Formats: sequence, structure tokens, C-alpha cells
Amino acid sequence: MPDQGKYNESDPLSEAGSGDEEMPSAVESRTFDLGTMEGQTLIKAERLADHPETPALEDRVVARSLWQDAWRDLRRNPIFIISGLLIIFLVIMALWPTLFTSTNPLKCDLAKSQAGAESGHPFGFDNQGCDVYARTVHGARASITVGVCATAGAALTGTLLGGLAGFFGGWLDSVVSRIADVFFGIPILLGGLVFLSVIPSQSIWIVVAFIVVLGWPQLARIARGAVITAKQQDYVTAARALGAGNARLMLRHILPNAVAPIIVVATIALGTYISLEATLSFLGVGLKPPTVSWGIDISAAADTFRNAPHILLYPAGALSITVLAFIMLGDAVRDALDPKLR
Amino acid sequence: MSSSTSTSSRSTEPRRDTTDSKDAPLLEVRGLHVEFHTREGVAKAVNGVDYSVRAGETLAILGESGSGKSVSAQAVMGILDSPPAKITGGEIVFKGRDLLTLGSEERRKIRGAQMAMVFQDALSSLNPVHTVGMQLGEMYRVHKGLNRKDAKAKAIEMMDRVRIPAAAQRVGDYPHQFSGGMRQRIMIAMALALEPDLIIADEPTTALDVTVQAQVMDLLAELQAEYHMGLILITHDLGVVADVADKIAVMYAGRIVETAPVHELYANPAHPYTRGLLDSIPRLDQKGQELYAIKGLPPNLLRIPPGCAFNPRCPRAQDICRTTVPPLFEVTDDEGVPAPGRASACHFWKETLHD
Repeated sequence: MPDQGKYNESDPLSEAGSGDEEMPSAVESRTFDLGTMEGQTLIKAERLADHPETPALEDRVVARSLWQDAWRDLRRNPIFIISGLLIIFLVIMALWPTLFTSTNPLKCDLAKSQAGAESGHPFGFDNQGCDVYARTVHGARASITVGVCATAGAALTGTLLGGLAGFFGGWLDSVVSRIADVFFGIPILLGGLVFLSVIPSQSIWIVVAFIVVLGWPQLARIARGAVITAKQQDYVTAARALGAGNARLMLRHILPNAVAPIIVVATIALGTYISLEATLSFLGVGLKPPTVSWGIDISAAADTFRNAPHILLYPAGALSITVLAFIMLGDAVRDALDPKLR
Repeated sequence: MSSSTSTSSRSTEPRRDTTDSKDAPLLEVRGLHVEFHTREGVAKAVNGVDYSVRAGETLAILGESGSGKSVSAQAVMGILDSPPAKITGGEIVFKGRDLLTLGSEERRKIRGAQMAMVFQDALSSLNPVHTVGMQLGEMYRVHKGLNRKDAKAKAIEMMDRVRIPAAAQRVGDYPHQFSGGMRQRIMIAMALALEPDLIIADEPTTALDVTVQAQVMDLLAELQAEYHMGLILITHDLGVVADVADKIAVMYAGRIVETAPVHELYANPAHPYTRGLLDSIPRLDQKGQELYAIKGLPPNLLRIPPGCAFNPRCPRAQDICRTTVPPLFEVTDDEGVPAPGRASACHFWKETLHD
């Protein structure tokens, strides 16, 4: 049993560092809690022989699935905890911005244009004399809504269409792939200028829908490739030989093995989509004032960067932290879904 | 999986009657043809294969890579990818029903429950993201509709059956946490979970080291006897076959070239190809000498030679071998009494037998 060595090493580690957040997650094994509970560092087989009825072991055996295991893993992963806390913080900010600031982001005083920080206005003022802190807090809602909803929409559509195309192949694959190619062929900015300028409504959902429509082919390609790779694995043939139907093959055998690249690309796309919203706003076809968004503020601040860098830095910093948090989250989730890294 | 009824059986062999069987065979494959449509042309992987297995019997299918042994097994299981594969003729009669006429859903229900397969490489045949308990339990959940907890209990029971130590604790481990032999035991447990009538083991020990090979083969043979299953053992390892098989079918270029009870085949092969295979086993008494090898390469399935497919490599080849495909001749002893279960697809089987 090749992994006994690993178990053996991980027990003293987990005992020594049971409260230590810095411990590398990959080394943690599921024996973490057992090691601390039983207070002994036996190799696994010995422990099993000595304590066949240990209740802790029974707990470990009961009800485990891929997602439960992933969750156990994630809870102990510092990267997941940090990114999770950041995202919770950002979501709270997006939902209830008034918890963080009582200043109205639309109330501006031109006299204070480009002024620096002062009491009650920690981030200073922008070109129009609006409070940068209030705008950064209030901008979270639009940016995060666009980023998260567009990513979720594109990832779901792309995974569904690309996955089905990859699994069934044949004419379905050809049709989906050619449609994806058509959307791929549309330059995103040109498409934005054309489509969004003819739609009178500037609702945030129009922008989300536009990004989903142009974004899904990228994820469909990734999903299709990942599904084709997973589909050819022996375990899929084996599952089929043991009587699994198509739905079961797709959902239980192929999807968990194909989801890693989709998560990675989706989290990177999330950052891109938030910046895309900014670009569209800059071109005047995305969100429009009085909507407050980081994208609008970043594009407005670009002109005056040399005179008043703080106007750009705060919304751009918020955007970077958001993107980073989601990428870290995606990374942690991907690792947790791969049992070999546990 | 194409489940179309095939009416265009192009089998040219005289059909062998299973006269020695009192009960009807569990599985009977008749005149099976499988083709692969590739860019370069049609590869004829299986060209009229006949065999039968009875309950409790072990049939070993022996052959080199590309001889069609795995493809014919996959055709029986109904897991050939089509396209590119296409079953162009024959019948696969399992418990009295021709599987090729059944719909895909009916075939799916047979797979796992009534016939199951053990694959060569257990590491790649087990899903890396699910625990072995989950994968074993899945058999019960799919086919029997058990709930999660009962399925888990059954999984532990099966792991005990295949003698995995501390099964109750290891049921939550992932495939990569097991050694090669243990993984193959889990594959066997999965195949046996629903007590199928037929097991097809496709080179079950090829990926294991020699000591573990014997253990796994013993386990398989023991469980087969216990459940009274039919076993089709696909292998290129003559050593593995000798211990466990009842009868052997030797395949070459998509055809069965010789069938015989295992000891008679080893003692006195009736086909030059079988003789070549047996001669190529390294032996201690030949220490220091050059190992024997059958000259040449297995034929390209896109261009199978006319006549007997083995003729370019055969030391005994005559003109008739290059023109006429030899049917499976019934093998008789010197007095003309037919040897039960023996057949050879060689024009010169008599001469080969007397070598």
C-alpha cells in the first residue's frame, strides 16, 4: 500500500500544527482529525488492526461523496478561507453598501475636484468632486453582478453545450462547434458597439446577457475538450461495461473529471468580464451614469492619472482584489476536486 | 452501440455444433464480424468468430495484440464505440437471446447485472475522483436501487469477499491509494457485485507483477467456481491460461485458428501458429540458446493476406494456404475418432499434430 508512508508523515504534522493556518494543505490527509483525536502516530494498517471499532473511524466511513470530500478539504485550505472571506466581504458590500459608507456617491462637489484624502473622505475626490470611497463601495454591486452573473451564465451555457457536443460527438458536435466559431469570430468590442448601441435599455442585465452570448464559446471549447479527454478514459468504458447509462456517465464519471479546466478558465474569465464591463462603459455602450461601477470610474480616471493617481488606484485596486479572490477560490476548488492532491 | 439486426452474416466456416453440451451454452457467439471504418480503409478486426461458454466454464481466448480478442469481447459486452466500429455480421446469443437484436437500454441493463467485465489496468479503469466504496456501491444503486447506506454496506461486503484487508476502513479510500493488486481486486469486486452469469476478463493480470498475478488469478478462479459463472479470459500470457482455463481458443487476425481443451492444446497443438506460440515460451532447459520467435509481424488488418492469414509467417505454408481460407476442421486422432472440443483452421492440421 503505497500511501502508508504519507499517512505516517502526516499524522505528526497535523498534531504539531493542528491550529496552524499556514500548514500546506496538500500534506493534510483525512487522518488529520484521527491523528489528533487518538493522539497516536501509528501507521494506518496498525491502527486499523488495533482499533477496528473506533467510532472516529466509523464517522470517517459514513457518507462521503466527491463534494463532501472536497468540502472537508476546502475548510482547511488557507487559500480558500482567505478568498472566501474576501468574497463574502465583497458580496456584503455589493448587497448593503450603506453599511460601509453613508456618503451618497452621486453627491459631488466640483470645488473638491481631484482633491486628496480628508477627514470623512479617506480616498479623496474624483474629477467631478465625488467621494472616491463611496463610489468604490457602491461600484461593487454593478461590477460584481456583471462579473459573477456573466461568468455563471457563460460557464453554464458553455459547459452544457460544449459538454454535450463532446460527449455525443457527430452532428451535434459539428453544429455546436460551428455556432461557437461564429460567436468567436465576432470581435467583442465591435460586437458591443453594434449590439449594445441599438438596444435602448442600459440595464445591467443587457450587459450581462451580451457578455454571456459572446463569452460562452470560449468555455464551450474548454468543456468540449475536457469532456472528450475524460470520455476516452478507461474508467468511462469500465462504467459503461458495468451498466451505467449516458446520464450517469456524463454527470458522475465525466463531469467531475472535466470540471477542473472549466473552473480555471471561468475564474480567469470572471476578471476579464469585469474589465470588459469597464471597457464597454468606457466606450459608452456599457453601463452609464448614474449607475456607479468600477469600470466607469476606472475609465473616467484614466485621463487624470498623472495629476490624481488615487482616483484610478482605488477602484482599480478593488477590481484587482475581487478578481484575485475569485481566481484563488477557483484554484482552491479545483485542487480540492482532485483526490490525488489531497 | 449499434443494435441493428445483422442479416448479412458472411461466415464461411462450417458451423460447429456444440454436441458435447448437455445444457445450452450460456453464451454462444456465431460468425461474429466486426469492422473498423478508418480513413485508410476498412480494418477487419473480427472475421467470423464462433465460440461458446457454459456456466462454470472458463474459456481462454489467446492471441497477439491486434488479433481481435479484445474487440470480440467488447462486441459481446456491447461497449464498442460505433462509429468507428461496426458489427457487420453474426449472432451473440446470451441465455437464449440474440444480444444484437436488443435495444440499447435492454443491453445496458444486462451489462453489469448479467455480464460484467474486468479490465486490464485497474488504475485507469477506476474513476480517480470517486472513492472505491462509491464506485462499488454504484453497482447496487444503479441496478438494484439501493440507498447510499445499504450500497456502502454491500460494497464493504464485496471488498471482504475479494479479501481486501480492513475493508470497512478502506471503503472510503480513492483508487490511487491502493496497490495494483488491490485495485484489480476492486475491479473484480465490481464485476462480481451483482453476481453476473458471465465475466469477461480482458488481460486481468497483465498490469500486475508476477507474484500478484497468481493471487489475482486464483481469486478470480475461486469466485468463478463459487458463483458458477462463465468466464472468458482474454490474454496473451500462456502461463496464466494453463492453470485456470478449461478450453482455449487461439485467435489470429480476427479468426479463431484453433480450439482445444487446455491440456491437449499444450501437449499437442494442431495449428502451426499455436505451436509457434508455445515454442516461444522461454524454458530453463534452453538456457543460453536463442529464444524462439514467430517470424514476421501480425498482418495489417486493412490488408489481411488472401488464403490463410498466417501463411506469410507459417513454416508449413503451401500453395493452398495462399489461396484458400481454411475452415475450422474437426481434429481427430489417428484412428479417426474426433477429439472432443478440438478444431483447427489449418489445411495441414494432421501434419502439425504429428510434429
